[in-house]
Amino acid sequence: MLFSTFLQEGPANTTSFMIAGYAVIFGVMLLYLISLFVRQRNLQKDLEVLQDIQDEQE
Amino acid sequence: MNPKPRLLTVLDIVTIILLLIATYMVFFYAPQEAVMGDVQRVFYFHVAAGWVGMLGFIGAAISGIIYLIKKDRKWDIVGLAAVEIGIVFIFINIVTGSIWARPIWNTWWTWDPRLTTATVMLLIYLAYLMLRQGIEDPDRRARFGAVYAIIGSLSVPLTYFSARIFRTIHPVVIGSGDPTATGSFDMTPMMTQAFMFSLFTFTFIFIDLFWHRIRLGQEADQIEQLRLKTME
Repeated sequence: MLFSTFLQEGPANTTSFMIAGYAVIFGVMLLYLISLFVRQRNLQKDLEVLQDIQDEQE
Repeated sequence: MNPKPRLLTVLDIVTIILLLIATYMVFFYAPQEAVMGDVQRVFYFHVAAGWVGMLGFIGAAISGIIYLIKKDRKWDIVGLAAVEIGIVFIFINIVTGSIWARPIWNTWWTWDPRLTTATVMLLIYLAYLMLRQGIEDPDRRARFGAVYAIIGSLSVPLTYFSARIFRTIHPVVIGSGDPTATGSFDMTPMMTQAFMFSLFTFTFIFIDLFWHRIRLGQEADQIEQLRLKTME
């Protein structure tokens, strides 16, 4: 009994919180990268449309 | 659109490699903390994210000052890029802090001075984005944005020093904090190395994202001007 209690001493089991923390860190950074990529792609499309309009006007 | 500079591609690759090394150091190199267990490992990227957030907000204030002096719109683009990155990383900082607090403080949230000032800082910069969206004229928007970013930057030192000035339960790892702080720990040399490397890596992440976001802002500005020209 005493031996088993002794074995339980040590750091708290907080691994799930660590995983949650790093999921947030990498998840939010990934979402931000995706948002940069999507905005870049949308700007490219806008540019193509504007260039087409300009060509038609000329 | 301007082609992507070769140096930016190199910076992308270096940043990814640094992030992989930093992640390895956090999970496998730094030892497990004796009392808190694995959740203490959140600390390395939590502090680094706070560092990047504050770099962003200070960068926005500097850009604001330069804009007000030079009246060059490119500094408005730089300021907006800095604020946006700052918001993303302060959000990460606050959420990871809350996750760490649950097992250590036995609560997800408490209105502690550090947590409160960090949240107010985040809200101040979210309001910066809202302010910009409400102004049509680009020059007026840039001028208001610059003044707002300069005044808003006062929240950065207030947040940083809040855990050192006020009575708080938030631990202070660098320097001395309130002795009643809950969750303090002494870093071993290997923990210090992982921590410093994380700060170094996140500084690279900031520079890399900042460059990408500035390029995006410049392209958006060019397209806006082209659109106005087309409409004339």
